[in-house]
Amino acid sequence: MKTHRIYWLLSLTLVLVGLSGCQSVQPWEKGKLSDYTMRPDRDPTADAMADHIYFSREAASGGRGVGGGGCGCN
Amino acid sequence: MKTIPTLSQALKLVGTLLALALCTNPLTAGMEVGAPLPALAEYGLEGASLPTLTGKVVVVDFWASWCGPCLLSFPALQEIQKHYTDAPVVILAVSVDEKKEDKERFLKKIKFTPAFTIMHDAQKKMVQTFAPGTMPSSYIFDKTGKLRFVHTGFHGAKSRDEFIKNIDQLLKE
Repeated sequence: MKTHRIYWLLSLTLVLVGLSGCQSVQPWEKGKLSDYTMRPDRDPTADAMADHIYFSREAASGGRGVGGGGCGCN
Repeated sequence: MKTIPTLSQALKLVGTLLALALCTNPLTAGMEVGAPLPALAEYGLEGASLPTLTGKVVVVDFWASWCGPCLLSFPALQEIQKHYTDAPVVILAVSVDEKKEDKERFLKKIKFTPAFTIMHDAQKKMVQTFAPGTMPSSYIFDKTGKLRFVHTGFHGAKSRDEFIKNIDQLLKE
């Protein structure tokens, strides 16, 4: 029974520590998310290489296009 | 000695986790229609002096340099302000940029001098009160200082026409 309580306490502590890192980003705080450096397609050479690897390994290509940054505008 | 939790204990744990997850910094609810215009002088806005708002239709627009639709909305705001040059209409475009330089860079990009008032909510106090759900967002207050219309996002000519329709209605009252 004692081990059971320790297990619970440990789990709860770990969860609380983990959740303390969670944040909801407000719409007016998304400047950093919409920065150019957050774009997955910001480096054409790296994109071409990644596409080539994907094509070679998975026999598939394309489907990487994502519109816009991360600002969630409109 | 029992160390593995039963199903009910596991369910309790999952319930606790969900409750905690929901309690963690939820998105703020926005200002609703009917709310009074807050005392804007208390927010320490920078960039320009606050115009007289008493007895005027006030449009408060929140924008940011990183927001694409905000860039599209500025010519429309300019058009609207010019449309109401002789009418008691004030447009306050409030930047929520973190850096003043970003705001300045944006204003250079639009290539015209705004006829409306540009301010900077550097401390993010005002935007937290209004809590817009998206960027840009505009709030239209009537001449008595009551929030009457909220516009979320910018949708080109449709938004511009709705702004003019709303302002016309408030000016007639």
